[in-house]
Amino acid sequence: MEIVHVYTKDREEFGRQCLLWDRPTELLADILPDQNLASNFIQRNHKDQAVQAGRQVSEHQVNTERFESDSHGVNHVEGGWPKDINPLDMEQTIRFRKKAEKDESYLNSIQQLGSVTEYCSRQNNAVDIYQEPFDGWEEVEESPEPPSAKTINVFRDPNEVRRTVTGLSWHPDGGRKLAAAYSCLDFQKTSRDMSLDSYIWDVENPNRPELILKPASPLVCLDYNPKDPHTLVGVYWDTRRGSQPVELSSVEHSHRDPVYKIIWLQSKTGTDAFSASTDGQVLWWDARRLSEPTERLVLDPTREGNLNRALGAISLEFEATMPTKFMVGTEQGLVVSCNRKAKTPTEKIVCTYDGHHGPVYALQRNPFFPKNFLTVGDWTARIWSEDIKESSIMCTKYQMSYLTDACWSPVRPSVFFTLKMDGMLEVWDILFKQSDPMLSLKVCDRALYSLRVQDNGRLVACGSQQGETTLLEICSELSTLQKNDKSLLAAMFERETKREKILEARQREIRLKERSRSEQSREEEIGREDGEDDPDQLITRAESDFYSQVEAELKRRERREEEALREKDVCEEKEVNDEEEAGRNETSS
Amino acid sequence: MAEVEETLKRIQGQKGVQGIIIVNSEGIPVKTTLDNSSTVQYAGLIHQLVMKARSTVRDIDPQNDLTFLRVRSKKNEIMIAPDKDYFLIVIQNPSD
Repeated sequence: MEIVHVYTKDREEFGRQCLLWDRPTELLADILPDQNLASNFIQRNHKDQAVQAGRQVSEHQVNTERFESDSHGVNHVEGGWPKDINPLDMEQTIRFRKKAEKDESYLNSIQQLGSVTEYCSRQNNAVDIYQEPFDGWEEVEESPEPPSAKTINVFRDPNEVRRTVTGLSWHPDGGRKLAAAYSCLDFQKTSRDMSLDSYIWDVENPNRPELILKPASPLVCLDYNPKDPHTLVGVYWDTRRGSQPVELSSVEHSHRDPVYKIIWLQSKTGTDAFSASTDGQVLWWDARRLSEPTERLVLDPTREGNLNRALGAISLEFEATMPTKFMVGTEQGLVVSCNRKAKTPTEKIVCTYDGHHGPVYALQRNPFFPKNFLTVGDWTARIWSEDIKESSIMCTKYQMSYLTDACWSPVRPSVFFTLKMDGMLEVWDILFKQSDPMLSLKVCDRALYSLRVQDNGRLVACGSQQGETTLLEICSELSTLQKNDKSLLAAMFERETKREKILEARQREIRLKERSRSEQSREEEIGREDGEDDPDQLITRAESDFYSQVEAELKRRERREEEALREKDVCEEKEVNDEEEAGRNETSS
Repeated sequence: MAEVEETLKRIQGQKGVQGIIIVNSEGIPVKTTLDNSSTVQYAGLIHQLVMKARSTVRDIDPQNDLTFLRVRSKKNEIMIAPDKDYFLIVIQNPSD
């Protein structure tokens, strides 16, 4: 469209000079946008477009030609002599040397080099420049880093149907090999496909077992012979056999129930072992003659040798320093201490310790203090002293899940490991803290069933329900002997034992008083029904007593919570146990 | 000439010094206080070592050069002072 500007000018003004002046702008035309035209257009979508202004590069691989190199040694005899001088001719060489010494540059350089060298030589004499500055000083106690353990290896059951690892044993020479026994503990559930093999693993190679043991039925537990590192003893439902299956014991004389534990004995021949099973028998065997056990003991608490009343045995304990005594942990929660050398079977069973509410799954003496032993069963772990038969001297809190196995650390007398049904491995140090474990690790999701510590105390192998054996390395703090460990632990055990003795004495006093009192009252009121004849009344009375005592104890505990002394904590736990016992005693008397 | 002798005598007189060898750039031991076979052995081996050390230092930084080389072993210490034409090798037993 056209934009036109019109103006008029008089004729007489034509040709005149232009006079320019400023004037405000004049709007000539204003063209507004026409909305109707917008319909002819479509708005484009916003688009993100990347633009790069980089240099083009490309990647190639180049393989250079192989450079062959070879190492040789060179033997210098004499070298560098100029052509005209025969090195073997002494005169010529001496003459050459003398000439060289007269050289000017020789003189200068030697002077200079000499001074440098002299400086260094003197320095050597003055001070040992390579010496470690803080060498002789005692290592400062670093602030203790939190205890830890890391998994080194996991050995999985190569079969498809997974079985529980029920027994583990370390090779006695340095522990490079680990033998694991696999079986299914739910008695009747052995499926057809379940393989019967048990394996020996080499610690370095988790992919394949080193050796496969093919027994006739699944092995429940096994143990390396401490003297002869090549023989193992494995036990299962009814029979028993050595490693390269050498012998088999006959079915009639063996156990009738799964054999849960078997241990080699110290003996001159190095071939004795004994086994325990839930049918209530403990049998001794000589490895050379497996057709019949050498000795037999029936675990009957009434000491009659009656097989029907025998207690099923779950764990065995034997300490090489006390070759005639051994202990058996039973399904009923009792620990039976026996003397092997006793003549008659009645004298064999020396005493029993009533500990747990359920089967005693693990039983082991402290390797440094053989008078004290550790038992694990139901939801607690307890430490006992041989002299005190009433109760344990130390007991852990009731845990959230069943404890399945435990053992002492062979290097530190106050450290022990426990395994739980929820897959946790706990490391306890009773010198440090008694109410909680030092370290709690979740090893796997399923239950853990067996545990063995290697002799150096650093490696721990634990076996799970899924057939995995996990190898863990414990941090150095928990696996090296500290200076005062032994003496402190001895003092602690003594203290606890004394405490228990005092409590026992007091209990006896109370019972005596009660008895005399009840006898008196019975004589006086014959007709009246006493607690003896009415168990319900007695039970409700005991319950109310118990609860009131517990509440009083809780209140007391809250008050004492500020005090962080370890002894107080132990005292509290002990007192609760005593009250329980007092309640129990009342019910029984 | 006399100063050289004096210098060498001074070094030899230091505590723990077992021997001194002066080797020229061709590897010929010019002066030595040890017996012939040891001298020849030291001269040959150390010559190579010094060449290698020097080339290493110069490779890393061409403007750098090797000034002194000390080889400490369990039994003694070998100190080598290289120069353009000669090396001075001193074997000393460090006192510690």
